[in-house]
Amino acid sequence: MLTCKEFLKELNDYLDETVDPELRRHIEAHITQCPNCFVILDTTKKTIQVYKGVQPQTLPADVQARLMKAVERKLADKRAKLSVKAPGIST
Amino acid sequence: MAAAQEAGIFDESALVARAREGDLSAFNALVTEYSRKIYRLAKHITQNDEDAEDVLQETFLKAFEHLPDFHGQSKFYTWIVRIAVNESLMKLRKRKSDRSVPLDEPVDTGDDTVVREIAVWEENPEQKYSREELGKILDEAVDSLKPPFRTVFVLRDIEELSTEETAEALGISVPAVKSRLLRARLQLREKLTRQFKRKGDDVFAYM
Repeated sequence: MLTCKEFLKELNDYLDETVDPELRRHIEAHITQCPNCFVILDTTKKTIQVYKGVQPQTLPADVQARLMKAVERKLADKRAKLSVKAPGIST
Repeated sequence: MAAAQEAGIFDESALVARAREGDLSAFNALVTEYSRKIYRLAKHITQNDEDAEDVLQETFLKAFEHLPDFHGQSKFYTWIVRIAVNESLMKLRKRKSDRSVPLDEPVDTGDDTVVREIAVWEENPEQKYSREELGKILDEAVDSLKPPFRTVFVLRDIEELSTEETAEALGISVPAVKSRLLRARLQLREKLTRQFKRKGDDVFAYM
């Protein structure tokens, strides 16, 4: 029988499904007998789920515009350098 | 992203290959696909709009610059996350140069997994709030975590990197990622429980 402290230590691996079957059985036995740990498990699982469900917000328009401008500038620089490096080709 | 995938037009490795050949539209497609996530990540770590925007730009400029060195050992996304994490941590360190941010130093995770708040949540609490309200509650909770825990949580549970990828991105060990993640999750659970707990209820509601 696991103690609550041992249960907490294994909580992440249990949630991430990386515990071996025997430990899984011990954890499941513990939570059927310990309402506190059951709630901790349940609400931790929900905490992770609620964050996973959040989609990133659209970039603010000005941030997006400045990003694209910076990328374009970089590309223009790169092209300029390439044409300097290839003197044989006249443009 | 979902729409693009449904339409079957987002093929990361093909876009990366084309971008490496200097195809601007391919690189732009990658920027469009990932910029929101990179911005969110940078904002969570730096907690500052201006720094987050700098990180966003630097990340894609560096990615473009170093694209010839990217040989597809990892996913493109994981690769740019690593760049963004480095840039964000540099910002954080620069801004708080008077106080050290012990991101790559051992953190005492000892026995500090104390659970104080144990209560059942109401059914689907996320549906009781508008998207904006919920986003605010979740962001504030994450932002209240200390940097070592915040960064691990953001990479593992928001950006959904693996434990190993997170360890690599932060330059810390796998056990360190695990112990910080446990602490982060438990702290967030407490904070959210204060928001989402079922009123007038106790733990025995489950029994």
